[in-house]
Amino acid sequence: MRGTGAQAARRTRARALAAAAALALVLPLGGCRLAGQDGVVRTGPCAGQQSTGITRDAVKVGGVYPLSGPASAYGAIAAGVRAYFGYVNAGGGVDGRRIEFVVRDDGYQPARAVEEVRRLVELDEVFAVFQTVGTPSTAAVRDYAARRRVPQVFVATGASRWGTDTAHPWTIGYQPSYVAEARVYAQHLKETAPQATVAVLYQNDDFGRDLRDGFADAVRDSGVRIVAEQSYEVTDPGVQGQLANLASSGADVLLSVTTPKFAAQAFAVDAAVTSWNPVHIVNSVAVSPAVMASVEAGKIREIVSAVYQKNAADPEWADDPAVGAYRESLLRYAPEADPASQQAMFGWTAAQAFVKALQRMECPTREGLRAAVHRLDEVPVDTLLPGITLSTGPGDGFPIESMMLARFEEGRWTSFGEVVDTRAVFGPVRTASAG
Amino acid sequence: MADLLLQVVQGLSLGAVYAGLALALVLVHRFTGIVNFAQGELAMLSTYVAWQLLDAGMPFWAAFPVTLAVSVAGGMLVERLVIRRVEGGGELTLVAVTVGLLIFVNAAAGLVWSFAVRSFPNPFPTALGFGSAQSGFSALGVLGVVAVVMLALHVLFRHTGAGLVMRAVVADPVSARLAGIRVGRVLGLGWGLAAGVGAVAGVLVAPLLFLEPNMMGGVLVYALAAAVLGGFRDPVVTVAAGLGLGVAATLAGTYVEFVGADLKVAVPLLVIVTALLLPRRAAETAGQR
Repeated sequence: MRGTGAQAARRTRARALAAAAALALVLPLGGCRLAGQDGVVRTGPCAGQQSTGITRDAVKVGGVYPLSGPASAYGAIAAGVRAYFGYVNAGGGVDGRRIEFVVRDDGYQPARAVEEVRRLVELDEVFAVFQTVGTPSTAAVRDYAARRRVPQVFVATGASRWGTDTAHPWTIGYQPSYVAEARVYAQHLKETAPQATVAVLYQNDDFGRDLRDGFADAVRDSGVRIVAEQSYEVTDPGVQGQLANLASSGADVLLSVTTPKFAAQAFAVDAAVTSWNPVHIVNSVAVSPAVMASVEAGKIREIVSAVYQKNAADPEWADDPAVGAYRESLLRYAPEADPASQQAMFGWTAAQAFVKALQRMECPTREGLRAAVHRLDEVPVDTLLPGITLSTGPGDGFPIESMMLARFEEGRWTSFGEVVDTRAVFGPVRTASAG
Repeated sequence: MADLLLQVVQGLSLGAVYAGLALALVLVHRFTGIVNFAQGELAMLSTYVAWQLLDAGMPFWAAFPVTLAVSVAGGMLVERLVIRRVEGGGELTLVAVTVGLLIFVNAAAGLVWSFAVRSFPNPFPTALGFGSAQSGFSALGVLGVVAVVMLALHVLFRHTGAGLVMRAVVADPVSARLAGIRVGRVLGLGWGLAAGVGAVAGVLVAPLLFLEPNMMGGVLVYALAAAVLGGFRDPVVTVAAGLGLGVAATLAGTYVEFVGADLKVAVPLLVIVTALLLPRRAAETAGQR
């Protein structure tokens, strides 16, 4: 009895020792690979730079998208990206490199986004993170990206801080910032209604305040005045009370800095209240097809928003070869996605921008990509509106800063006026509004 | 003055919605003695059923009773399949189960119908010439329906045999069973009726707030506050509290500088805490009604 007990104990100890030894063997090996002796270029002009995830014939890219949860509509972005990468791979890849695209789901939760990016970088050993979606998730990931020196490029959020923040050089935005968008609206009002009074409804978070502050800055010292402001929490059931308040201001214009549900509510309240008929300026985040389908024809004076990419649902681009390629590839590589979705088009266009950045790397390294995205010189992307290109440089971390206005008429958006280059008109976005 | 009127009308229409869901909460509590945190999500699910029927081309007044029937059956099914298994397992267990149900139903609705916002037809005419208070007409419609439901519940609780049986089941399930009451059936009935009332609230609120899986999340907070004020017992006090909350939150957001729109959400919390801090005697009378 005693003998077998001791034997068992010895066996257990032996097993524990073996396990410990195995661990000890595995850990430094893993550590080695991660710290990357083989992940660093040894010779040549690129010596000392990280080449993890990129070889002569492949490059591994990781993206974290909200495929589930309340923001899962943005999951369509990943479909657009996948379609473009499939299209590029079918054509021989980027400079002979096949793109391998690994997608993870964060459910729009910042904590999960960090976890998934960590997995992508440390287990899948991706070359770069393209993209993270939403301001909260992106903000949560950027410290990690900076610490690990991994490019986090063309993030899908319009917060202005990605472009002004010098403490996180590995993170860069893509789409026009909320400040740039606000400036386009301000410019439009200054030109067409220089004495306009404006009521602002905004979501009380980084996104809402970024756009509201940008607008207030842009109309300062002009005849356009903000006469009423109301905020709401994203958890509020409705904004009826706020709109009743704004209606009492009798403003000419309602600037609706909202997410889709609240924009739809604002349209509905305006349609029901006959004593107030403002022009609605609605930020581009809110104008999903479902929201616009809810607008009752003839009940609202005018609806204006801003655009920067081609709309596949717009007959204007029906014969456009770039949009044609988009439709075809989406059908082939991501048939579940709706080609009319602006999100899928967003993914396709951003992926194209990413590939252009890869082509512009002087060194095929993470450092090389970082340098390339900060040195874009009027790079064309064929699904952006004509006249809009990608430009970055020293002190300019905003790839797209031009937009165009569009009006909602007869059930669809029609762009009008000229492309507004907000950097040329208003100057660079200041760090003050970085938030 | 017109501004104030408009604010009050908007507040009342939101308040009626809170009251509707609060009634469903009260109903479940009276029948089964638990607080159903998933009540809002079940109402949302019912609303999607109605939306699906309307989308298939059914006229509103045909889709509505079908939705009610489906909801009542669904509520009883949830009680039979999920709640019955943890009945008598302590309050915390039940809270955990209903919260789990909340998350599950929310995610399932997102999976089936996506999180895109959908518009829902308003059953009440909006185009009547009331000037600035025009939107008040649909608010009146909502109020009317909620009042009818409230009165029906009041009668059910106070003046029917079923109400008496319910109270017996909640007060002492074991004795009730010994006295020959089919306890399981009563509990199922409670969940079914609550789901029906929730469906009414959901269908009424959808044209106002727009249909999406998170539609009822914010409403539940206010509904809980209203139900607490009614002691989870009295439908009349609950409805009055719901309406009061709707108007108070809207007016406080505008007229109380300190509250503003940012702190509006704190209003129901304040109400809950105050109601719970009220002298014990008042709380007990509310509880015994």
